[in-house]
Amino acid sequence: MTTATTIHTITHEDAHPRGFTQAALGWVPWLEPYPLDLLTERHYAGLVDKGRASSDYFRLLARDPEILAARTRTDKDIFYNTKEGLPRAERELAATAASRANGCVFCASVHSRAASHFSGRESDVQRVLDEGVGADLGERWNAIVAASVAVTQTPFALTVDHVRRLRAAGLDDLEISDVIHGASFFNWANRLMLSLGRPTAAAEE
Amino acid sequence: MTANTTARPDTVDELAAIAPGSRLDELRRRRPVTREQVQASFDALFSPLDDTEISLTERWLIAAFASALAGDTSSSRFYAEQAERADATAASLVAALAASAAASGPYGAYSEVELQSENTAGLVFTVGAEGDTLGARLTSAIEHTHLLVFRPRESSADALDTLRAAGWSVDGIVTLSQLVAFLSFQQRVVEGLRVLAEEAAA
Repeated sequence: MTTATTIHTITHEDAHPRGFTQAALGWVPWLEPYPLDLLTERHYAGLVDKGRASSDYFRLLARDPEILAARTRTDKDIFYNTKEGLPRAERELAATAASRANGCVFCASVHSRAASHFSGRESDVQRVLDEGVGADLGERWNAIVAASVAVTQTPFALTVDHVRRLRAAGLDDLEISDVIHGASFFNWANRLMLSLGRPTAAAEE
Repeated sequence: MTANTTARPDTVDELAAIAPGSRLDELRRRRPVTREQVQASFDALFSPLDDTEISLTERWLIAAFASALAGDTSSSRFYAEQAERADATAASLVAALAASAAASGPYGAYSEVELQSENTAGLVFTVGAEGDTLGARLTSAIEHTHLLVFRPRESSADALDTLRAAGWSVDGIVTLSQLVAFLSFQQRVVEGLRVLAEEAAA
């Protein structure tokens, strides 16, 4: 029987971020990532991109390669497949809103930065971080944020009225589906990022 | 469209009651990679290549608990049935626990100093006498699942230490975390598509 005082997790001295930010944060794992020099073909298949082997986060998730591979391909298609559907900026806004509501400071930093980059609306994005998901960003963005937050609540709170509001703001079926998928995906990602390690402050903080 | 894409069972279609050729079916098929990889995610978790660190029975029981926390939905009924088939005694205990563990989230306290004014209190769920029957592993996993579902912002290294002390390996914790996090996604997609279908039909 293991005693309750046994320390199993990794501790880190790095400073914690002070709050939500668009700055580039670090992330440190509480559990040991799979060792780089022991990665097999099965692990690399899970990582999908070989370059991800340098990330502690992805090497920790590589301990279960099959779910990591499917998670990664789901993620890439929901966010990067912009041949049709919702503009990338607004997919990133949905990711930011879900992360802001759940309280994932790391995910919010990555995706708020992307939302700013693709929309050019850095100060509006910053208001979601500073004021929260109730910030007034204009009707189209307000409708996307409201739907993303409703998707993020447990029990699920999205209603026909949220969908009607998105449609009134100009979104079609595929774009509404993209909002649902983008916000839903961050209910997956946030729970991994928040529970397997923690963010570390940006260098300038 | 190839023949095999229509023949293969799709869990999201089943749970969201999306009929072949319907407006929602056509919509989902405009994102074939998402459709296929969401199913591949389900398969990776519930038809695993390796279940040494977390058994299939544990997966169905934890899924039944996690999905029930989000309310009575097609997803919660599906996972409850699977758990019942895997271990009827444990499944009925898990169902009773889930009923006593209902809450409204996300809530919890932040680690970040500037966010302390946004802290919100809510249920911190612990398993009672049922733990004697469920055992230390399942008991700790159920308590961790409640943390992940409702107050992910309160996750901590200590919470992982609790799992380790109850016998969970590092690999097992990774799969457990993916399981609960994936269900958080899958259930939302299913319910979101249902709402979209309802609005489109109105």
